[in-house]
Amino acid sequence: MIITSPTDERTVRSLRTGQTVYVSGSLITGRDKVHMRALSSEKVPKVLYNSTLFHCGPIMKKEKNKWAVVAAGPTTSARLNDLEAEMIRRFGIKVIIGKGGMSSDVLEAMKENGCVYLAAIGGAAVSLAECVTETKGVEWEDLGMAEAMWLFSTERFGPLVVAMDANGNSIYDDVNSKVNETLKRYQF
Amino acid sequence: MRSFSETATDRIVFLLNAHVPIMIKIPKQIDDIVCDLLRLANTRLPTDVGWALEAAAAWETNDIAYSQLGGIMDNAKKAEYKGIPMCQDTGIPVFYVSGKFNSSIEKGIRDGLRKATETIPLRPNTVHPITRKNDGHNLGDGMPMIHYRPSDDDFTEITVIPKGAGAENMTKLGMLDPADGTDGIKRFVVNAVLQAGGRPCPPTVVGVGIGGTSEKCVEMAKEALLERLDSVNGNDDERRMEEELFLILNESGLGPMGLGGNATVLRVHIRTAYCHTASLPVAVNLSCWAARRATVRIHNDGTAEFKQ
Repeated sequence: MIITSPTDERTVRSLRTGQTVYVSGSLITGRDKVHMRALSSEKVPKVLYNSTLFHCGPIMKKEKNKWAVVAAGPTTSARLNDLEAEMIRRFGIKVIIGKGGMSSDVLEAMKENGCVYLAAIGGAAVSLAECVTETKGVEWEDLGMAEAMWLFSTERFGPLVVAMDANGNSIYDDVNSKVNETLKRYQF
Repeated sequence: MRSFSETATDRIVFLLNAHVPIMIKIPKQIDDIVCDLLRLANTRLPTDVGWALEAAAAWETNDIAYSQLGGIMDNAKKAEYKGIPMCQDTGIPVFYVSGKFNSSIEKGIRDGLRKATETIPLRPNTVHPITRKNDGHNLGDGMPMIHYRPSDDDFTEITVIPKGAGAENMTKLGMLDPADGTDGIKRFVVNAVLQAGGRPCPPTVVGVGIGGTSEKCVEMAKEALLERLDSVNGNDDERRMEEELFLILNESGLGPMGLGGNATVLRVHIRTAYCHTASLPVAVNLSCWAARRATVRIHNDGTAEFKQ
């Protein structure tokens, strides 16, 4: 299934954990510093509202005065656990793309506001960069290459697994309880 | 127009076949050799790691996990073919210098890293820990990390492992009590890997240091990641513990990227050192599925021999 970005709440709520999807359209990157600045600023770039937010600090290269993506895989989402729920509430973020999953607070905010978490393949930076058709611009460039907010156009960006849906389900929670179950068998 | 350095590396990568090291006689400065070394480590998956991933895919029964492993290998092939880093987190390079060298080698490594950051390019990752200001070249006070091991050989060997933050952030050191024993060690390692969940990009390679002093213990855990995945630990007790931990972790169900599945770790490597009779230090250092590494041996005549 292909999700056109920016997307709407209905599409987001129709997605279920375990589904494989691709994203075509606009996508913004944001990790630690973007989250910190967005939550402490009065004014934020318009693109942040209702966005598809990609947890990523890409490698970029300037060619003929235009930025181009070299490699762009997901970064560890759990580092943003304390900030993401507020981001979702304040800016209406519809889709989060990352790796490793997020906390139950975030899952709750996703359910309340209609937001979905898609897991990209960690380290698949070359394959994912190939799905970026254009770098439309950059906001907060002063944060540096890894931390700035890059604006990408994408075509079939993925594959992405719906890992946390807008109905309160999380693959990570399921895996976690399975892991704990298995470990009970070992006595040490 | 491509620079000489780029074409030379392409040739090296192209010629590197399985375990056969390639000798290339090009009179080069240390900085250019280090730049080539970083390019090799970041763009090409070591062969043994590729095989370990293939093997993991072969016994994977979970659909999502299988597609994650497929995507991983697809990406590795593209990175090598295109000569660009397989992951955007080109990490913080940790260097190990051994053999014959003098104090000038540090400048060579720093210059090579600066050059690699601009030309490959690598992502500028190093920041001041308090101001968080980025140095822009992967340098700055205390960077890069270089370990020196002088020996009487008449060649110089430089090894690099680019350590990404996803895996490095999951590092654990435990100063256990001697009474915790082998069960305590196993519990500590299993918890460290499983509590990390999907964060370090599993299937991971698990480096375990047991014994030594606190800093020695962490150092051993990281150095264990330099071993080939198909190497055999010569110490029977350590080998048995490696195998046992490997089985437990791969039975856990955590799976690739923590999305569930059979392939949670590709290998467990244990290194040990004697420790204080009142101590039992245990450290865990993880590597993501790529287990990036590369080594170059520089001979007296300027011949550089790259291997992974």
